[in-house]
Amino acid sequence: MNGKPLIEIGWVNDHWGLIGQRFIQHLQLTLVPVVAGFVIALLIAIFVLGRPRLYALVIGIAGILYTIPSLAAYLLVAQFTKLSLLTAIIPLTTYTLLILIRGIVAGFRSVPGDVLEAAEGMGYTATQRLLRVELPLAVPLMFAAVRLATVTTIGLATVAAILGDTYGGFGQFLTEGLQNFFSTEIYLGAILSVVFAVAADLILVRVERLATPWARARAGAR
Amino acid sequence: MSVPTGHAATVEYEHITKSYDAAALKKGAGAVNDLSLTVPAGKICVLVGPSGCGKTTSLKMVNRLIEPTSGRILIDGQDAAKRDPTELRRGIGYVIQQVGLFPHQTIEQNVGTVPRLLGWPAARWKARSEELLATVGLDPAKYARRFPAQLSGGERQRVGVARALAADPPIMLMDEPFGAVDPIVRERLQNEFLRLQETLAKTILFVTHDIDEAIKLGDIVAVMQAGGKVAQFAPPAEILARPASEFVARFVGTDRGLKRLSLFRVSSLDLGVPTIAHVGDDATAVRGRAAADPLASALLVDDQRRPLGWLLASELPSSGSIGPEHTVPVSPLLDRRTTLKDAMSLLLGSDVKAGVAVDRTGAVLGLVTVAQITDWVRTSDDAVPDKPFEDEDFTPVAEG
Repeated sequence: MNGKPLIEIGWVNDHWGLIGQRFIQHLQLTLVPVVAGFVIALLIAIFVLGRPRLYALVIGIAGILYTIPSLAAYLLVAQFTKLSLLTAIIPLTTYTLLILIRGIVAGFRSVPGDVLEAAEGMGYTATQRLLRVELPLAVPLMFAAVRLATVTTIGLATVAAILGDTYGGFGQFLTEGLQNFFSTEIYLGAILSVVFAVAADLILVRVERLATPWARARAGAR
Repeated sequence: MSVPTGHAATVEYEHITKSYDAAALKKGAGAVNDLSLTVPAGKICVLVGPSGCGKTTSLKMVNRLIEPTSGRILIDGQDAAKRDPTELRRGIGYVIQQVGLFPHQTIEQNVGTVPRLLGWPAARWKARSEELLATVGLDPAKYARRFPAQLSGGERQRVGVARALAADPPIMLMDEPFGAVDPIVRERLQNEFLRLQETLAKTILFVTHDIDEAIKLGDIVAVMQAGGKVAQFAPPAEILARPASEFVARFVGTDRGLKRLSLFRVSSLDLGVPTIAHVGDDATAVRGRAAADPLASALLVDDQRRPLGWLLASELPSSGSIGPEHTVPVSPLLDRRTTLKDAMSLLLGSDVKAGVAVDRTGAVLGLVTVAQITDWVRTSDDAVPDKPFEDEDFTPVAEG
């Protein structure tokens, strides 16, 4: 590349404000779809639990949604939403559904039968059992799905740069870099996305460990 | 803080039938057919039978985890079907084979499950948890904050029992509670359970497929056969002495005579009276008396009547005085509380014809021979074992 360095540190140093702004945007593009997707997936999972045929149908639909290329999805949704935050949020949310519904259902299914029987036999109502027994015990598998959905969303959100400067996130660096043949921005966008994804994953692992102290308690660890 | 203990309730099955379709039956659901029996308050009633006989189904109908197709279950005379299932269950202790502790809760929280559902304040349910952990032999200081995964199988099972007792329910349902632990732990849990029940006096319905467990634990036993019929409903001693049918006889096993021996103790025998000699007695006189004894021997005792050894008539000196040097060892030594099964086993394994029964101080009570035990077996069909059994209001009502 013409003997120029791949990343011009000087440029990066001049643009911390921009980096911070695009980080906030990227955070928004990740957090909103994952949280919204989780709420929707949880409700769907509770509804299809114990209805295997419906579950298969739901997973089929979520699978189809997952296969739509993200750029195509943004353009499609943009027909209805104009260029707004929703243009990216809606497809990003639907992408999380396949992973999250599966993970949440797997979480519920991992609750041992004897535990459910004991809960019922001791006089938990169905709602109490769901909230106090099934949900907490489903957390480890749910969290695995949330981590995967988060990392996936961080990657897919880079394509949301088509939304322009207001919402674009780290993807903006990639787009601008490509347009201006400026390698610093390309590498910066890529590195920031990866660092964000890895950091988010580590944070979620930490949160999960704090939320499930019992999962690490084993016979050896007295 | 603690709730008064001792209240127990009767449980009556009135023409209970539970039918399943063919698919469910294939999966092992046990149907029940016109089951009527009354479990007396404060007693352990064991439902025993081969798999698929409907014993677990019958159990789970009491706390309405399974609803009967027809018939009624009365708890203290009140129809269980008319009560709110959730409220009903909170008043019935429930212990299952896999225990079903909540893995995400501490032992303390697990034991406090029902009190918490009932809305007890934290201080109260915590105190209750501690009290119960101590009751089942687990040190609260050590165990309260642990998670179930950090306990052994036997410890988990104890926590399961503590959890079932938490709100002091008048009834406990126990579905093969000791089935998943090894035989040594099982034996210990059974003994602790019996000791616990002596003070708690709950009405306990206990399901097992193990006839030995049924005999050991049951005040009254319902032997069930395929299709959910009660083949016999009687105290264990009676089932062993007089099986009501070919099925019951086969189910209790050909060694039922021996099993019966384990229910009775040396104290229920009329002990033989030995010929007694004291240290320093005249040898000639003792020799004469020993020769006249059916066993051709005398028992040498010290001044506390504690046995020192057997004096065999043929081997006694003809003059001088008798001392410990003339004896052969007294074995086996039996206790009043030794079961007849153990006594029999000890006698068969020794060279002597008679075992010596002693009291708590070690003083001779009398003699036990194999012949005595076998005679007793033949004549004692109506004998009542030494278990706390003989309450006057305890009349089994049976048949299904």
